[in-house]
Amino acid sequence: MNWDTWLPLLIVLSSLLVALVIFVLPEDRSKTRTTLNLGGAALKIVLVGIMVWGVFNGHHYETRLPLLPGLDLVLRADALSMLFVALSAGLWMLTTVYAVGYLEDSPHRSRFFGFFSLCVTATVGVALAGNLITFLLFYELLTLATYPLIVHRGTEAARKAGRTYLIYTLAGGALLLLATIWLYTLTGTLEFTARGFLSTLDSSHHPVLVIIFVLLITGLGVKAAIFPLHGWLPQAMVAPAPVSALLHAVAVVKAGAFGIIRVVYDVFGIEFSASLGVTLPLAIVAAVTIIYASMRALFQDDLKRRLAFSTVSQVSYIILGIAIVGPMATIGGMVHLVHQGVMKITLFFCAGNLAETLGIHKISEMNGVGRRMPWTMAAFTIGAFGMIGAPPLAGFISKWYLGLGALEAGQDWVIFVLAGSSLLNAGYFLPILYVSWFKEPAGSWPAERCFGRYETALALLAPPVITAILALTLGLLASAPFSPLEWARFITTLEYAP
Amino acid sequence: MIEMHWVVIVILLPLTGAVVCFLWPRQTVVSGLITAVGLFASVLGLTWQVLEQGALRYAVGGWGAPLGIDLYVDGLSLLMLIVTAVVGLAISVYSSAYFRLDRAKHFWPLWLFLWAALNALFLSADIFNIYVTLELMGLAAVALVALSGGANALTAAMRYLLVSLLGSLFYLMGVALLYHSYGSVDIAILSQRVESSPAVWVAIGLMVAGLLLKTALFPLHFWLPPAHSSAPAPVSALLSALVVKASFYILLRLWLEVFPLTNTVPGQFALGQFGLAQILGLLGAAAVLWGGIQALRQTRLKLLVAYSTVLQIGYLFLAFPLASIIGWKAALYLLLAHAVAKTAMFMAAGNILFYGGHDRIADLDRVAQRLPLTLSAFGLAGISLMGLPPSGGFIAKWLLLEAAIRSGQWWWGLMLIVGGLLTGAYVFKVIGYAFTRSDLPHEPGFVPKRMEWVALVMALLAIVLGLFAPLPLALLEIGSPFGESLR
Repeated sequence: MNWDTWLPLLIVLSSLLVALVIFVLPEDRSKTRTTLNLGGAALKIVLVGIMVWGVFNGHHYETRLPLLPGLDLVLRADALSMLFVALSAGLWMLTTVYAVGYLEDSPHRSRFFGFFSLCVTATVGVALAGNLITFLLFYELLTLATYPLIVHRGTEAARKAGRTYLIYTLAGGALLLLATIWLYTLTGTLEFTARGFLSTLDSSHHPVLVIIFVLLITGLGVKAAIFPLHGWLPQAMVAPAPVSALLHAVAVVKAGAFGIIRVVYDVFGIEFSASLGVTLPLAIVAAVTIIYASMRALFQDDLKRRLAFSTVSQVSYIILGIAIVGPMATIGGMVHLVHQGVMKITLFFCAGNLAETLGIHKISEMNGVGRRMPWTMAAFTIGAFGMIGAPPLAGFISKWYLGLGALEAGQDWVIFVLAGSSLLNAGYFLPILYVSWFKEPAGSWPAERCFGRYETALALLAPPVITAILALTLGLLASAPFSPLEWARFITTLEYAP
Repeated sequence: MIEMHWVVIVILLPLTGAVVCFLWPRQTVVSGLITAVGLFASVLGLTWQVLEQGALRYAVGGWGAPLGIDLYVDGLSLLMLIVTAVVGLAISVYSSAYFRLDRAKHFWPLWLFLWAALNALFLSADIFNIYVTLELMGLAAVALVALSGGANALTAAMRYLLVSLLGSLFYLMGVALLYHSYGSVDIAILSQRVESSPAVWVAIGLMVAGLLLKTALFPLHFWLPPAHSSAPAPVSALLSALVVKASFYILLRLWLEVFPLTNTVPGQFALGQFGLAQILGLLGAAAVLWGGIQALRQTRLKLLVAYSTVLQIGYLFLAFPLASIIGWKAALYLLLAHAVAKTAMFMAAGNILFYGGHDRIADLDRVAQRLPLTLSAFGLAGISLMGLPPSGGFIAKWLLLEAAIRSGQWWWGLMLIVGGLLTGAYVFKVIGYAFTRSDLPHEPGFVPKRMEWVALVMALLAIVLGLFAPLPLALLEIGSPFGESLR
């Protein structure tokens, strides 16, 4: 009964309790609701800060509650989980601020913010899960908490998107469940262990393990939007902008990618995975996803749809980094988990600002928008260049390590994928930047609203500006202590045998 | 300290309550509620006693088997009693607000009578007493279905009556055959004497058929959807949560203790039971598919929930071919989780019907958005029925899947996955309508807050069962009801 055993649970509870209170809060108590939201977010950041510091100094945080005979609900802080927890805690704060501004005076806010907090609870739970069953529990909770957010607007399109989302994710979850139990009957344990816990199994089990691997990755790949399981993501962009931001940068997509990291490193172990021969197919699938989604993005006129396809492509960088077996590539993949989140959330915030302030949803309506909303578009520009991988932005760091890793592992073909993808990224981002900065405005905007002093409401403007600065800083100060890059290096030393 | 005879109290208390409710109809709600609370407390007392002393055998009047009546309580019957007490208390609270006095004066005596029959059934130590209680339970249940009046309800009740009588009759013939061959109806005595013979086989066939009919396993489920959907909401809840489970309990009890025929040459009978188990599993799988597909096709909410019961009953029978301790425990945990979740779901459906005056799923949005508590209850109960974590349904599904894979019969596990997906489809079909906007005018009925909260509390209980599984699972071990019967 001490601090070390309760801290992980407290981090999960800090948003769970907020969610429960908000659900029962009357609709018109918006001040209380905002205070609760921000208070919970701030508390979580502080707790996560303490935890990061503790983990770095060798503390062991673990909450263990009995779930079934022989199986526990485990929340544990290790180096890898800290990377994801810190990302979600930080970006949750900003997204909450943004969402409060975005949903001002819209109906059903109690419901929205309740599920919003629940969504973050699930994400943090996914990050801190210390074994596969705990992971599964929060992973499914995430599915359920996100559904009401996607259908929040209540339109026919929203309901259809919600249905598609459920079909994909529930089916994926079922595969995951099946694979998890199968694994459990083989090993009798599901604890995440650095370098995996399966390599000691008798080699007669190896064909079964390959099947389990495929089931697990397929189940997780639905949320990580790997081709051809990505169909739900572009549809889900009918959700309100803060939800899209959260979905694409932190919660759902990342939970899938994070799960794949866990499976490859801490269930199978990277070296054992490689010896089973499953990493190369995974790398190829990731590469195909990267190129295919970028091509699709080129042809979208709807801004959020283009960004959605860009997410599909960018998240597979993480998977690619995992599947190229080698420390450098691992660093690249893991650091991209954070970098992609920061950059993509910027882009979605900006897209939301354009829609909310000027009624712009399509790229063809963006002519000259840079003059009307310079701050927003400046942030968008930084995010876009980061995605392309221009130095000195965060995206460059990821790509650099991925490239180095590919060469180190002797997988030269990856370089072509990276180069091709960068070209395609430039192909779909630069035209947006061109029309918004250099074209003349068309006269009037589709649905302009005035927010007074600034180009838009401050709660909407501040978050993207902050994340854009963050994306710049992460690139410039990549080697500073506690930067994601340094942290990814720290993790990598644990995952590869000396 | 005086030893409390909780075993007898849990039967006599509801009987007395029923009589009191019947004699003084004006105070019927108050007396009914007091009885329900008292009964809940008595079951807790019994639980405490069993936890302290282990499985109990109680000879009524001191006579003892084979002459007198024996009551027996082990982990299995205790779990059933607890499920009944929890669900029963919730239904009592809900009904106290649901019925107006003219209906209440009929409802309460019947319900308490049913409750007494259920408790007696779970405590009976011989197959003839089980028959008596089964018949009492069936008659009370039929009367409750007819309670809402109207042609639909009466037709459904009449059909239910015939099915119920037929089922009991089959069971009784099995009992008679066994009694004729072995001179006893005591389960413990029979389990030592019974051996493989044509008479025993016929007896088993008759009893299983009768019980399957009463449990509504596919394809004998035809009577369930009309009966459960045309009854008043609290009655639907208790039929789905408790009554169909009672006949399942009997089947399980016989399967574990009487049918294994320990005196027979090993192998000969095992083959027979193995074959029967496979058939039950197949029927269960068919029930999962059929119930799920039918639930998806329904346009009325209560029918959807009723077909969902058909599906869940199918799950229970998947445990038979697995025949392992984990499998049985999983089935019973499923029974527990389903009882709680389905109660919540029928209550939620009842609230919606109360408020909107209809239960057409496509027009639910007008109702559901204005009853957030009820909709939450429906959703949370749905999560448990789908078997998503954290919920009682998830624990059961996990254990059942584990048992399936461990026994090398993964195909039964596959049915669980398919059933879960079908359940997800029909639950979200309902929930999806709650998010669409509709401002069409309509005259809302008033839903007492109590009815909304009871539904929500039951749904939350179904979720919480996912976090405290070791406790009920350990309870089941008392007297090791699954212990010796394993192959």
